[in-house]
Amino acid sequence: MNDVTWFNNPAITSELLPALGETLAMTAWATVISVTLGLPLGIWLFVTTPHSLAPNRTVHQIVSTIVDIGRSIPFIVLIVAIIPFTRLLVGTALGWKAAVVALTLSAIPFYARLVENALHEVSAGKIEAAQMMGASRRQIIGQVLVREALPGLIGAATVTAVALVNYTAMAGAVGGGGLGDLAIAYGYNRYQGDVMIACIVLLVFVVGLIQFAGDRLARLVDHR
Amino acid sequence: MIELRDLRKEFAGVTALDGISLSVPAGQIHGIVGRSGAGKSTLIRCLTGLERPTSGTVRIGDVDITSARGAALRTARRTIGMVFQHANLLDSRTALRNVEHPLEIAGVGRTERRRRAAELLELVGLGDRLDNHPAQLSGGQQQRVGIARALAAEPQILLCDEPTSALDSHTTRQILELIRSLRDRLGITVLIITHEMSVVREVCDSVTLLTDGQIEHTGSIIDVIGQADSPLSRALLPLPSSGRTHGTVVEALTTGISLDAALEAVRTSGTEAHLDAGTVETIAGTLVGRLQFTVGGQAAADTLISALAAHDIHAEVAA
Repeated sequence: MNDVTWFNNPAITSELLPALGETLAMTAWATVISVTLGLPLGIWLFVTTPHSLAPNRTVHQIVSTIVDIGRSIPFIVLIVAIIPFTRLLVGTALGWKAAVVALTLSAIPFYARLVENALHEVSAGKIEAAQMMGASRRQIIGQVLVREALPGLIGAATVTAVALVNYTAMAGAVGGGGLGDLAIAYGYNRYQGDVMIACIVLLVFVVGLIQFAGDRLARLVDHR
Repeated sequence: MIELRDLRKEFAGVTALDGISLSVPAGQIHGIVGRSGAGKSTLIRCLTGLERPTSGTVRIGDVDITSARGAALRTARRTIGMVFQHANLLDSRTALRNVEHPLEIAGVGRTERRRRAAELLELVGLGDRLDNHPAQLSGGQQQRVGIARALAAEPQILLCDEPTSALDSHTTRQILELIRSLRDRLGITVLIITHEMSVVREVCDSVTLLTDGQIEHTGSIIDVIGQADSPLSRALLPLPSSGRTHGTVVEALTTGISLDAALEAVRTSGTEAHLDAGTVETIAGTLVGRLQFTVGGQAAADTLISALAAHDIHAEVAA
């Protein structure tokens, strides 16, 4: 056991804050990139659905299969499996930036599916009304689909961000750091219960904050 | 204004529309009635170009909807204002922004858009609800916004798909009055698809009955009602049940004749006739009535029928 008093542990005093920073950085970057790329992918999935705006069974099937493959690979496997790709993209396979690549890659298909579901909630009548106004496909997607589904899309982004906080714990496998890594390295492997507690409390706080902000934002744009 | 020529639509071997030819002159309110499955929805989808007919043509004004594609079809659709059963407003937009939407799509500038949308909402009686979201409006108010939106791009025709089916009877009457007054003020041509005969009675100038994808009956309301024993005439001007079970029953149909004059004709016929049931209503500006009398026997019935015929009242022995 260690000889320092609880919470006066150097792992806490000097490593907790940087770890929190890493978790936040990984989550933020991965969320922003996955939402940016997952949104168009989800829209693509939706509009190619039979009877939708640009029905194309073959394209839908292919995109859908790729998305499902992406979602079915366990994150811990994905993170090591794509090391060559990560190295190509960010120059290194180590550190939190490297972890963001894997995080993003796993969150894009996840968010895309949630987007597809959220868009299905927009009633067909609203789309038909816009078509009758002579709206183009692009106008319908922007002014009707995305805008009407916005509360749902924000909710989906919140769910994705929370899932990403969860996944950052595994980023330690590529030296990504973060609170989860700290909890495993000190709290578990070195039996430092105080580190474990501090990490858990901070993680709960981070997730709570994301959920709170997401809910507030969704409510702000929801006029139903 | 609306011209359908031999319109056919088949879905995988099933004929939904079987040769529909129909012409609605400008400024008319035309009703299309029929049971569900008669082809009403398919017809309206063909009219708007959302569905492509198997053969035949749809012309609105001087635009051929059936041959238009892509951008041409989108432009053609702006000549049609569409009112839906559920208003289909965007929840994220205020009433004003909803009415602005078609103008936005047509590329009208912001100030002009605002002005016209506010004017239209004033016209439908919602001048004080511009900044309300649909969730803050009642069903009838939402439908008013829907109508204002349909009119925003100054269409030549207003297409109403079951516009009052989701509304209570009081609100239905208000919406129909609004549609009629808009026609009177703007001279717009209106096509109403409905399963409610009361809608046709209240607001339509002419009517078409669709059955199994074909036109079973079409004409001006008064002409259609005048064909005493047609199902559509009965549906438009139904008799309440009289409860009378004995005697010979004679049914009379009056058009443009006051009830007093009709009863006077019965009195002067010299037969003893009891008025058991009747419906008298002003439809499309004409007083029409369906009356049911009971008389002693076949001979009395014949006397009554010929006496009424002398006053231009069609009557016959009811089955």
